[in-house]
Amino acid sequence: MSSVQIRDVRKSFGNFEVLHGVTVPIEDGQFVVLVGPSGCGKSTLLRMLAGLENITSGTISIGDRVVNNVQPKERDIAMVFQNYALYPHMTVADNMGFSLKLRNAGADEINKRVKRAAEILALAPLLDRYPRQLSGGQRQRVAMGRAIVRDPQVFLFDEPLSNLDAKLRVAMRTEIKELHQRLKTTTVYVTHDQIEAMTMADKIVVMHDGIVEQMGTPLELYDKPDNQFVAGFIGSPAMNFLKGHVRVNGVATFEGPNGVKLPLKTAPAASDGRPAVYGVRPEHFTIADDGAEAEIVVVEPTGSETQVFAKIGGEQVVAVFRERHQFNPGDKVRLKPDPALVHLFDDATGKRLNA
Amino acid sequence: MADVAIPRAKPQISEDSAWTQLKHNRNWLGFWFMVPAMAFLIFFLAYPLGLGIWLSFTDTRIGRVGHFVATENYEWLWDDSIFWLSVFNTLLYTFVASALKFAIGLYLALLLNENMPFKAMLRAMVLIPFIVPTVLSALAFWWIFDSQFSIISWSLRHLGLIDQNINFLGDTTWARICVIFANIWRGVPFVAITLLAGLQTVSPSLYEAATLDGATRWQNFRFITYPLLTPIIAVVMTFSVLFTFTDFQLIWAMTRGGPVNATHLMATLSYQRAIIAGQLGEGAAISSAMIPFLLAAIMVSWFGLQRRKWQQGENND
Repeated sequence: MSSVQIRDVRKSFGNFEVLHGVTVPIEDGQFVVLVGPSGCGKSTLLRMLAGLENITSGTISIGDRVVNNVQPKERDIAMVFQNYALYPHMTVADNMGFSLKLRNAGADEINKRVKRAAEILALAPLLDRYPRQLSGGQRQRVAMGRAIVRDPQVFLFDEPLSNLDAKLRVAMRTEIKELHQRLKTTTVYVTHDQIEAMTMADKIVVMHDGIVEQMGTPLELYDKPDNQFVAGFIGSPAMNFLKGHVRVNGVATFEGPNGVKLPLKTAPAASDGRPAVYGVRPEHFTIADDGAEAEIVVVEPTGSETQVFAKIGGEQVVAVFRERHQFNPGDKVRLKPDPALVHLFDDATGKRLNA
Repeated sequence: MADVAIPRAKPQISEDSAWTQLKHNRNWLGFWFMVPAMAFLIFFLAYPLGLGIWLSFTDTRIGRVGHFVATENYEWLWDDSIFWLSVFNTLLYTFVASALKFAIGLYLALLLNENMPFKAMLRAMVLIPFIVPTVLSALAFWWIFDSQFSIISWSLRHLGLIDQNINFLGDTTWARICVIFANIWRGVPFVAITLLAGLQTVSPSLYEAATLDGATRWQNFRFITYPLLTPIIAVVMTFSVLFTFTDFQLIWAMTRGGPVNATHLMATLSYQRAIIAGQLGEGAAISSAMIPFLLAAIMVSWFGLQRRKWQQGENND
């Protein structure tokens, strides 16, 4: 186990820079998730950490050692690939023991460590099978077993669950998190799925277009997104954004599309008339007499909650209610955002305005 | 009648004529789809093969219907030192050429699988020897190895390395080296391109995983590339051995089996005895004598081609 420091790392392919100076400190034993839309550079960063891509500038250190010029095999890391990359011509046991065999470990030693990893992952009955004879979830576990056997300083996961079906993905998510709690190995996990990030991470790093947008614990990111991108990326259904202006006439309000008045707890200093984006999460709407008038468009019950699509001032928003309201399309209701939980972003830069 | 009570129409099928039923019979229809391929195989493969074997048991000559002579042709061949020389030549030619074609082909395939500039052009260039008609390339080699005008002799003389021309196709050892060289030159592209296709099916992430597992480049090849390539190697080497063993054009165009029968293969000897000398029966016996060797090669590949254990089982990628 050890900490990982990524300092001002840049990566260019030819003249095209894909990472524009990324700094991510990772503590010993932390589970860090790099999340972002495709093409944001998260996988490239992980591959640089693994040593599969070289570093254009900046430094990456594992423990106290700068590994920029250290061969992948000497970095003492293990990686789980998106397609698992199991060796098709080797049995599960051989797949898991391959790295030890390459390091000339004795047969007994290999056997012992493979057995131990197989027990942790409930793979013991499958050790003599070939990858082709396994289900998707089993292959996924073998890929993890291959990583565990090596007992590395750092685990790297590159979108390991995206080839699994939805149900299995949820199960494996829990399994990976449990494994981390048990082994406490520093883990860097790449995904484009914000739910995976929220549920598994100690620390989330949201990346976008080759920069880090925000780092923090899942709830920090959810409660206080630094900018409109993070606000829209974290949370499902996504946060509603309404464009308009801040008004301060004694009491702070937000003038939304078509003059709709929306409540603000406080306004940023000297911001009367400032163009801004008003952000409110779907679960922070309530039905109240002093709410903004909205016309219901679609109602989607999921059982535990109901998603209501409605129009406020002509703009579509989504609200989520745990109570069972009897809504029909075309109904007029009054939706009130909780002023303590709304977010305000700069119209031009997308930066957060309220505290 | 009992079925009067049932107010349902009788099933239509039983009323169809035998012809209609036949038209809808999948097996019968399938048979007709098979006929063209079957006819082709019978007329152009089975019939000539059967005729060749039959001829080998007769004393047929060109222009004269033969009589059945049982194994007389084979008894003659058994005591014919030239026949045994041709068997030796064929085995030598096949073994040396195939082994080198495999080694060079694999090397080229590995090289072309790397990222390098002008990759597409280099791949296309490798195919050139394969595209040129065999006889044309044989003629070119004939000139290259000509006793008087050989460019190799000329170059070496001008470099001062030799005093007189090398008698490439006139010396028994040189002649063998030359025809084997020409065969390798022609056969390498097939091996290289097929193995390259095989290499490209190996997922790059396997190499990445192996690299992280600590494999060197050699170990990558030894533990990942080679085992995953074995099925393709079995196919390509079977074809390579069969083509080399039955080679005729190159030899006939370059040496006609000379000098002193040093490059006579079974195929060329058979042609010489059957067509040039007119002894169809004896020529057919030489050709038929190739069958056991070819069968042996096919058996080897058949066992080599068996699906390996790791290729079996469900594939739910």
